[in-house]
Amino acid sequence: MTIRDALNQALREEMLRDENVFIMGEEVAQYEGAYKVTRGLWREFGDKRVIDTPISELGFAGIGVGAAMAGLRPVIEFMTWNFSILAADQIINHAAKMLYMSGGQFKIPIVFRGPNGSAYQVSSQHSQALEAMYSNFPGLKVVMPSTPADAKGLLKSAIRDDNPVIFLEQERMYGMKGEVPDDTDFTIPLGVADVKRQGNDCTIVARSLTVPLALQAAEKIEKEYGVSCEVVDPRTIKPLDIETIVKSVKKTNRLVIVEESHQFCGVAAEVTAQVIEKAFDYLDAPIKRISTAEAPMPYARNLEAAALPDVPKIIEAVKQVCYL
Amino acid sequence: MPKTAINRKTKTTASSINGKESLNKTTNLSDIFDPEEAQAEYLKRKKSQLALIKKTDKNLLREMLYQMVLGRLFEEKCAEVYRLGKIGGFCHLYIGQEAVAVGAITAIDKKRDYVIVAYRDHVQAMVAGITPEAVMAELYGKVTGCVKGKGGSMHLFSKEHNFFGGHGIVGGQIGVGTGMAFAQKYRGDGGVTLCFFGEAAVNQGIFHECLNMAQLWKLPIIYICENNQYGMGTSLKRAMSLANIARKADSYGMYGEFVDGMDVMAVRQATLKAIERARKESLPSLLEVRCYRYMGHSMSDPGKYRTVEEIKKYQQRDPILLFKDSLKEAKVFDDLEFEQIEQQARRKVEEAVEFAEKSPLPDESELLKDVLI
Repeated sequence: MTIRDALNQALREEMLRDENVFIMGEEVAQYEGAYKVTRGLWREFGDKRVIDTPISELGFAGIGVGAAMAGLRPVIEFMTWNFSILAADQIINHAAKMLYMSGGQFKIPIVFRGPNGSAYQVSSQHSQALEAMYSNFPGLKVVMPSTPADAKGLLKSAIRDDNPVIFLEQERMYGMKGEVPDDTDFTIPLGVADVKRQGNDCTIVARSLTVPLALQAAEKIEKEYGVSCEVVDPRTIKPLDIETIVKSVKKTNRLVIVEESHQFCGVAAEVTAQVIEKAFDYLDAPIKRISTAEAPMPYARNLEAAALPDVPKIIEAVKQVCYL
Repeated sequence: MPKTAINRKTKTTASSINGKESLNKTTNLSDIFDPEEAQAEYLKRKKSQLALIKKTDKNLLREMLYQMVLGRLFEEKCAEVYRLGKIGGFCHLYIGQEAVAVGAITAIDKKRDYVIVAYRDHVQAMVAGITPEAVMAELYGKVTGCVKGKGGSMHLFSKEHNFFGGHGIVGGQIGVGTGMAFAQKYRGDGGVTLCFFGEAAVNQGIFHECLNMAQLWKLPIIYICENNQYGMGTSLKRAMSLANIARKADSYGMYGEFVDGMDVMAVRQATLKAIERARKESLPSLLEVRCYRYMGHSMSDPGKYRTVEEIKKYQQRDPILLFKDSLKEAKVFDDLEFEQIEQQARRKVEEAVEFAEKSPLPDESELLKDVLI
């Protein structure tokens, strides 16, 4: 099953389970989603629960927050997370703070979801990875799946969660295939990392699109250099399962972090800081971070490739921390 | 701070009535910016207002006047204790606008209808049912405040009273309120939402985005624009190319109406009609309620952008004075009863202050609670 279909299945199952769950966003109903994640849902659930909006990101994000405050469980789709910046006031100033400002009276059980990060030569305004920005605000959970099973299990948990959840998919990954459990009660708890590959010599922390890249790099390094890499996927950026990362670093004594977002004040920086705080004495080499270049995303194919993390960059970083 | 008065020193002249019933709903009325013109319009409809008062339950009228007086005295007390350093941060007072909160919120069914407001929210919160004690304690940052000292002046909430908060980002609550009405329609529970905002919020994108969707999806919401004519220190005329806010409803095919915000009965009537429209036909409305705030934008505003004469002109049409005049003229209450109502409100404000003073601060263990569930 593809990630696209796994997400679709999660949405469908949760809508069948709970009539308070509805989907709202641009092109989610009749068009079946700009990336077809909502395929078939409008035909099955109708206008009431699958709602096409005008291009008014701030407005419909706010409508989602108000509906959640009044007891519904909205899933708000952003055609891409780039457009969520228009809605950031409702996400950051309203959804994230409502529970706290109201002294615990009003919870906001809402999921904001859509593709995050780069696509295929869509240039500066359509290629941003925003997890660092949203992770900075107390009151939000931030989730980034990297496999079809994780996508389904995490989305179901996100919809059932009573907090606002930022659910970041990846356009390049919608067609990626993998095994997905059939069980309609299959969920993956938020805040629990997954070791995607066992290893002893170097830890690679990767998320979303960089997980498959890290796994490919790990295979090559094992073959070419005999270095055994452990790939840890936090799956949830916030709350971050730092214990699983620290446990791995204590075993391998080396850490490479790969991400699709920009480096400055980013998630890799946060992981680095926490590992230094919790496992400084276990490190045998400086931590290496691989992030997207410190520039808006260029259009030209070669420049875009140069900006993004890739397998050779990961291999090079592992070699450096292993002093090879 | 200009002095406010809730008692007339001299008897007002009898109203001149031309016999013709004047409706609020004429778009041209919203071009009236002069308080004298507004008063002339008011006098034209005075006869019907008096008739309406006579038809209204006396207990309700008493409650309306009490809430207006309580709101006035409560806010005056806030100004006093703010200067003593008892209240911190931003503190936006409602003095002069009491008829809007009272006229609108006493018109709803509190069991199923929702209210959401901006940051000038003390009086609206009390009319919705939060006790003056819980509001004052919140302003004092005490754990007995309606949000445990975590919100302060701008963020009063009460789930029990369907009061969805005090919000501090201009226009932000228009999005949230539209979503609350969406939920009411989704569940089909017959509830409606009152969504309050100031006229400056009309210049925010979210106002236009949400009015469009509310009409498109026929949501049961009443947008109440409290046009107090100043966004902080910038007058409406300096900030809005088309200053007729009621008419902006036309852009979305929505029902729009101009309301005299100094006349509590007019606000009530307009709200009742809008509620009926929302409840029976599931249609939204935009009410432009023209009012005036006597105080600065917040406690830190000396108000140098307008003249004392201008404020005085509006105070001639003070909403409490107008209401009392009418109640007296309709022979509903006499001076003794006015005095009793005022005394009751004064005592309540004192009790609120005493409660706030005596209440403890939140325990430091509260700091990290309520961030996530």
